[in-house]
Amino acid sequence: MKRPSFDRLLSIGLLTPSLIAVGVFVYGLIGWTAFISTSKWNTLRPDYSSVGLANFASIFGNARFQIDLRNTVVFTIFFVGGSLIVGLTLANLIDRRIRAEGLFRSLFLFPMAISFIVTGVVWKWLLSPGTAGQPVGFNQLLGLDPTTNRWFTDPTVVHIPADSGVGTVLHDIGLGFLASSNFGLPVAMLAIVIAATWQMSGFVMALYLAGLRGIPEELREAARVDGASEWSIFRHVIFPLLTPITLSAVIILGHISLKIYDLTVAMSPNGPAFATDVPATFMWQTTFKDDNFARGAAVAVVMLVLVAVLIVPYLVWSRRQETST
Amino acid sequence: MSATSIELGPAPAHIRSTWFRRLGRVVLYALLVLAAIYYLVPVYMLVVTSLKGVTEVSLARMWAFPQGFNLGSFGEAWSKLAPNFINSLLIAIPAAAISSILGSLNGYILAKWKFRGADLLFTLILFGMFIPYQAVLVPLVQIASTFGLYGTIPGLVIVHIIYGIPITTLIFRNYYVGIPNELIESSRIDGAGFIAIYRSILLPLSIPGFVVVLIWQFTSAWNDFLFAVTLTSQQNWPVTVALNNLAGSFIVDWNVQMAGALIAALPTLLVYILLGRYFVRGLLAGSLKG
Repeated sequence: MKRPSFDRLLSIGLLTPSLIAVGVFVYGLIGWTAFISTSKWNTLRPDYSSVGLANFASIFGNARFQIDLRNTVVFTIFFVGGSLIVGLTLANLIDRRIRAEGLFRSLFLFPMAISFIVTGVVWKWLLSPGTAGQPVGFNQLLGLDPTTNRWFTDPTVVHIPADSGVGTVLHDIGLGFLASSNFGLPVAMLAIVIAATWQMSGFVMALYLAGLRGIPEELREAARVDGASEWSIFRHVIFPLLTPITLSAVIILGHISLKIYDLTVAMSPNGPAFATDVPATFMWQTTFKDDNFARGAAVAVVMLVLVAVLIVPYLVWSRRQETST
Repeated sequence: MSATSIELGPAPAHIRSTWFRRLGRVVLYALLVLAAIYYLVPVYMLVVTSLKGVTEVSLARMWAFPQGFNLGSFGEAWSKLAPNFINSLLIAIPAAAISSILGSLNGYILAKWKFRGADLLFTLILFGMFIPYQAVLVPLVQIASTFGLYGTIPGLVIVHIIYGIPITTLIFRNYYVGIPNELIESSRIDGAGFIAIYRSILLPLSIPGFVVVLIWQFTSAWNDFLFAVTLTSQQNWPVTVALNNLAGSFIVDWNVQMAGALIAALPTLLVYILLGRYFVRGLLAGSLKG
């Protein structure tokens, strides 16, 4: 037992630089950002005197940031939901002993190798409405009217009208704020969802396909013998077995969607009335264009908290899983 | 023909079921082809636009097939993006190489030289791959300025290496966990130490692991936008930032933008086409727990 002690020291010594790097650059800098977010540094010259939570009050009171939060929620729901449905469907199609399986798999997955910037640039042209005289992109291909199919340039926000029946009921029970555009659905965001789903659904397919391949055929056979239909086998046997994969996919897609920046910047940086604006856009503009470093840091802290709420339980869960197996 | 089949009445059950199965197969392939079209439409648009000559480009015929083979748009985009393309190579290659080496070492230690608290440390490292980098951007600018690295390529490379540590450590650790401990033990009994075990056992088995991690890191560094747009000055912009700038400008024609997008996508696409298997493995390794 004498010999390993030198190796032990060596191993810890070789791990230390990485630990310090992660400690400083992940945890240290997060701490520093949190500190900046409570400071007065809202000009070019750093001023670290404390203002408490004033920067947070300022951003949460900011109409644009409120819109950004709404956009993030809408984007997350549709992007995660859409990618899961498309990915799961594709995985099930591919898992049926098809010909040219490799080719289809590669086709569905290649967008993962491309940057969000490239995706954004291409989809910007595919989903640009064009004008009534000159439709472009999908409007041109499918013969759609550019004045009604406006994709990411659509300023419409679908929400419960305040003067409708539901609106008045909500108002009477003190939930009148729900009948406002801040709790609506920005149509323009759905165009971003289409592009994002194009990029990420193949990845979900790959996850599910790996899961489906791990399910023994006997399980399906047994259910078939019991007279279960293919759909109910999927619904009651296969899908529950895929739960860990669904969870992983939701976590991965969810954290991407909460941080989304490159795609919206390339496709539609702000959108009409900030319909495609996201917290990341707001953070960058506030910090590096308007030099409001403390307020920008506050936005970053909010983004971090949103991601952490999703990721930390997941990390704890996967650690438990690993120690239990 | 149809008259005779009506006369025959309904087919027996087993024939009907094969007919059903055949119909099912047709629907299955129809759906697959439909999906394939959805994934290929942007590629079609990129390629046909890039191949159209300047005289042939018009919004009215943006879906039309090119009349001939013309690299005019491509050439114009290349003349604008070439320096940035080279910057991207100068950023992505060293970043991928160095963070792979670090990841391999870390993975080896965390998988085979476990100490008390190693798993907790590993989880703490992993958190770093999920954070929104916005939460470190301002301090990074401050640090980079302090050390004279702001705006430079080496500065961006260092950033990619550091924030690449979590994912490369994860992939290598999970890869090494699969190598039986008996192998390590027996060579330790033969007197091999930390370095000898790594060199003689782990490293020779690591080639696929290195391919996976190198591809992964190269792709993420090549595709990065946020770090680059924040930390590099204009002459050091990688191709993603330059492309976004090109596409945001009203002076540059859309066909040149499309050709530029194709140029920016080509290296990682090529890697994907040639080494797709490893790419997918990295994808799954990076997203699932060990």
